[in-house]
Amino acid sequence: MQFDFSDGQKELRDSVRRFFADNCPPSIVRGVIAGETSHDTGLWKAVSENGFLAAALPEAFGGVGAGYLELCVVAEELGRVLAPLPSVSSIYLAAEFLLTAGSEAQKQRWLPKLASGEIIGALALAERPGETTPALIEARVSDGKLSGAKMPVIDGLCATLAIVAARDEADALSLYLVDLSGPGVARSAVKVIDQSRKAARITFDEAPAELLGTTGEGWTLVEAIRDRAAILTAFEQIGGAEAALTMARDYALQRFAFGRQIGSFQAIKHMLADMYVALELARSNCYYGAWALSVNAGVLPLAAAQARVAATQAYQLCSANNIQVHGGMGFTWEFDCHLHYRRSNHLALVLGGPSFWENRLIGQMRPTAA
Amino acid sequence: MNFDDTAQEADFRARAREWLADNVPANLQSELELSGFGHLHLHSTDPLQAAKAWQKKKFEAGWAALRWPREYGGQEASPIEEVIWRQEEGVYSKLTGPFNIGLGMCGPTVMAWATEEQKRHLLPRLAAGEDIWCQLFSEPVAGSDLAGIRTRAVRNGEEWVVDGQKIWTSGARNADWGLLITRTDPSVAKHRGLTMFFLDMKTPGIEIRPIRQMNEEAVFNEVYFTGVRIPDTQRLGEVGQGWTVALTTLMNERLSIGGSMPTGVPQLVAMAAKLDTPNGPAIDDPAVRSQIAKYAVRASGLGYSAFRSISALSRGEQPGPENSIGKLVAGQLMQDVARYALNLSGEYGLVQDHDLAVDGGRFQEMLMRSPATRIEGGSDEILRNIVAERVLGLPADIRADKGIPFDKIPTAAGARP
Repeated sequence: MQFDFSDGQKELRDSVRRFFADNCPPSIVRGVIAGETSHDTGLWKAVSENGFLAAALPEAFGGVGAGYLELCVVAEELGRVLAPLPSVSSIYLAAEFLLTAGSEAQKQRWLPKLASGEIIGALALAERPGETTPALIEARVSDGKLSGAKMPVIDGLCATLAIVAARDEADALSLYLVDLSGPGVARSAVKVIDQSRKAARITFDEAPAELLGTTGEGWTLVEAIRDRAAILTAFEQIGGAEAALTMARDYALQRFAFGRQIGSFQAIKHMLADMYVALELARSNCYYGAWALSVNAGVLPLAAAQARVAATQAYQLCSANNIQVHGGMGFTWEFDCHLHYRRSNHLALVLGGPSFWENRLIGQMRPTAA
Repeated sequence: MNFDDTAQEADFRARAREWLADNVPANLQSELELSGFGHLHLHSTDPLQAAKAWQKKKFEAGWAALRWPREYGGQEASPIEEVIWRQEEGVYSKLTGPFNIGLGMCGPTVMAWATEEQKRHLLPRLAAGEDIWCQLFSEPVAGSDLAGIRTRAVRNGEEWVVDGQKIWTSGARNADWGLLITRTDPSVAKHRGLTMFFLDMKTPGIEIRPIRQMNEEAVFNEVYFTGVRIPDTQRLGEVGQGWTVALTTLMNERLSIGGSMPTGVPQLVAMAAKLDTPNGPAIDDPAVRSQIAKYAVRASGLGYSAFRSISALSRGEQPGPENSIGKLVAGQLMQDVARYALNLSGEYGLVQDHDLAVDGGRFQEMLMRSPATRIEGGSDEILRNIVAERVLGLPADIRADKGIPFDKIPTAAGARP
């Protein structure tokens, strides 16, 4: 058994971490929050040129062809620095949908551009409040033209390609590729809790749409790809959780009250210990997810739900307690605590909220021979 | 990232599996599967005799005390081989229970500090299950503050005379030998006046009183010492070096890998699937699913953390203080899971009668045992301190007794004799 990343993967982690330490300080994240663009274009270009996000994509489509373990390593580092990049939308989701269900022509057309970062892809599922289920999807495709509205579409402002869930004339739920630079597409910015990963409302009015995969199998595909994306996103979450824990620890060592470092009080020590425990449990669950993803194991849906539930808990706990350890200063705009608080609550909802994944986890654990 | 054995590991596993297939006491399997929290429950036979028989059989075939040197009864196996053995031994490893304190803690301490002659005499007997050991550390006034123990040992020629009281000694009534920490000099600072011994538990002057526990069992004991004489040759380490010797024992406690502790989560899932409500099985209720999922990721996280520890071991790395999280998570989880199972059962959850209770009273038993798990071998609070200080690098607690001679440390009224 070797339930750990290899030496080569750890070297990759070190070099990706160095890259982001040099290229993605909090000022970059704050720049995107304050600005109009939905991601940092300079950083996106540099990350793409380094091939970090194309790690798992096949060389035939412009990828690096390394593997999913390498992509997990990169994802953790993206999360650590709060990278204001469309990694979830474009790489974990759009590219994976194409890779799994795209025709040869669709793959050839879109994957190399997604791999190189030249264009960005996004997934458009949700239409209204409540857990997104097939019953809530009303967007329609008729005669190859899509009409309807989707919100929030994360990274929908900068995306060129959207993968849209919609119903056809026979009410079958399928996925469609829509070129967002084409006709019949209107998008507007929607303010979201983490403006370093912005979102859009997109209205389609007879926009040309091309079927992705098989008619009527849209939701099966969503479930399969969402599991895979959940594992990668969970790595972003544990990267962020560790960063928040480290911030809190460093502040507890540096801040004095009552003549002592506040980190010498058990109330603070035990809070930090609990954050560490949550992070370690999440990390172990994520490693299992990484393994399942790398070998496409039969237990992947179970592993994805475990990783996702544990990583969401850990990041939400660490980011909230990080503010608590910082006291009043943690509530200021100036301190970076809120950046993790925003991201942790953003990542908790993309791909479905905590209750959705808790439900899915028990569905996977439940004895089948009932 | 893989779960594959190396060729050598696969070979070891195959040999273990082959031997086990021919030798396990299969007649005890179902009873062992039900025997869970606390201690060994066997109805068909005397648990201690069954444990001794299995240990002896393993020893004779070369499967006991696997990592120990051959001259002391072991096989010099690697840490990963020991893990593989435990996986393959499965439910029968519960029979090792009475020997765990000896094999895991007392044995390694004896190995590090006793004379060659003593080691060659004592350790193979321990490995073979002929001798049971207990650990005489905690006292009524010294639990988490272990170095605050008061049991006195006074030198008298070539002997020491011991007076005092120990508590929470698991298995003392069955023990042949004890590892005993004493205070030999109360006039120096707390950690410096301690000395370690081992002694025959049949020595005159030892009185063992079972503690009636809140869960109606009596696994723990009080051990009273009145003028107990121990030869100086049974001293481990120098006079005044007892704390250093004790750290050998406690470090080995942490080396035993966590994650294999039962948490009750799979049983809770199965129970909720069987439990009927007007809206179908309880497990179809979203609120129930949500709550069980929160427990489930803690349990799976523990299990996968154990895989990470095993991988680190097989690379030759020593488990660090991060392994303290195993019991911290498992203890609280057992308690939460037990309460939730009872909650789902409604008023019927009160029933503890083995023949009538849900799941044979498994969760009621867990409820009543779990408070001990959160205290024994390092309380939740001590474990959080360990994580905070040794993993996260936070400052140690401020100690009001630092550097003060032991006999000048403030105590509760009447606590000092």
